[in-house]
Amino acid sequence: MNVASRFRTLPETGESVQFTLDGVPATAPAGVTVAAALVAHTGAWTRQTAQGAPRTAYCMMGVCFDCLVEVDGTPNTQACMTLLGDGMTVRRQTGLRNLNGGHDG
Amino acid sequence: MQQRTPEITIIGGGLVGLSVALGLLLAGQRVRVLDGADNDARASQGNFGLIWGQGKGWDFAPYANWTMDALAAWPAFAQQLQELSGIDVALDQSGGYEFFTDPSEFDAFEAELTQQATHLGHRARYEMLNGDDLRCQMPGIGPDVVGASFSPCDGHVNPLRFLRALRCSVQAMGGRVTMGATVATIRPQPGGGFALALADGDVVNTEQVVLCAGLGSASLAGDLGFITQVKPQLGELLITEKLGDRLPFLSSTIRQVDEGGVQIGGTKADAGLDDRESLRVMAKLAQHAVTVFPALADVRVVRAWGALRVMSPDGYPVYAKSTAHPGAFLVTCHSGVTLAPLHASVLADWILNTSPIPDLEAFDECRFALSHAA
Repeated sequence: MNVASRFRTLPETGESVQFTLDGVPATAPAGVTVAAALVAHTGAWTRQTAQGAPRTAYCMMGVCFDCLVEVDGTPNTQACMTLLGDGMTVRRQTGLRNLNGGHDG
Repeated sequence: MQQRTPEITIIGGGLVGLSVALGLLLAGQRVRVLDGADNDARASQGNFGLIWGQGKGWDFAPYANWTMDALAAWPAFAQQLQELSGIDVALDQSGGYEFFTDPSEFDAFEAELTQQATHLGHRARYEMLNGDDLRCQMPGIGPDVVGASFSPCDGHVNPLRFLRALRCSVQAMGGRVTMGATVATIRPQPGGGFALALADGDVVNTEQVVLCAGLGSASLAGDLGFITQVKPQLGELLITEKLGDRLPFLSSTIRQVDEGGVQIGGTKADAGLDDRESLRVMAKLAQHAVTVFPALADVRVVRAWGALRVMSPDGYPVYAKSTAHPGAFLVTCHSGVTLAPLHASVLADWILNTSPIPDLEAFDECRFALSHAA
């Protein structure tokens, strides 16, 4: 998580939202996806595959599934297809999800 | 001229064709497999991977026993494939359930299993569990499940890896597998042997031919004098995202692939050669899975497809030798996974007429002639 992001956000004058990544508070411009917020925030992996390979958002359009994270307790959420909301709890995902991993399970 | 072992050509490179090819290769034959086009109806690439005996042949003793023989032969067969191909087909034969939500269907199935057991004698092994007993044994089963049958003989494999293991085993044994070789017509030759006219214009000559082309057999069987008419039966299925947990059960409709995804299926419909899935059936499958095991409710479905089963008129396998054209054989069945160990061993003896010749008379296609006559 201390790997610097290679993405720079456009200068924004609009509002920002607060979220946490693995419990650590972070900020992002309002209106971005969770994936955009994550790649701007960190250059590190945001999930590990079942075999332990590091991954982060890649296609940004819902195809590659490499941006899967846990959002507000729901595992395997496509970060690039999810708008970041104020106060969201985002967790990097390691390995496969489990049964009843969802908040409604 | 050099004396050669006559070549046997298998039409069809799916699970059935490759299993038969492997058995013939293990018996020392020269074998060539002609496989069709990518967009053919390929049951071998859409199936569920079950190794299943529950209820099979309850009203036809030879099929009940044939299936039980196959179940018993699977562990050694999986080992053999591993040695020949280096591929682990992920055989898990630790028993399977059939879940019921309708009491009358549960009772009807118990009657079928009772009848099946009379054919199997001491080999019959099953138990019936009512809903509460089941939920005690296996927490997580939904309240609407009224009961289940369980057979310790049933199991499953990874179906795609199994197909690959078969193809690699055939090739490792020196079998030639030609892809994209659709057979258009078969011409029995006056002096014996067969000329196989391919769709691309080539002609393959062969001394003997085994027709294992699944639904593709329908248009070729008549060329060899066979009367069996196979028909497609549509099954739809869902695949979920992969789970780190293991499901505590295997059932005929819900199974977890060794890699983690859950496969949900088991529907049956007559839709001709249309193998498209439908939203209505997908919803029904999802509802069934959640009824059986409610913890699946928030698990995402990531893929769905339809595939066509290959059904003979009575649903049982057909093993037929052409009387009009000696050297031509027809092998077709619905259970290409379950029966594979026998197709790769016993059927070779039957085709080659080697001793001891297994008695497969019950599976001859003359049963359809009789039913027409009646």
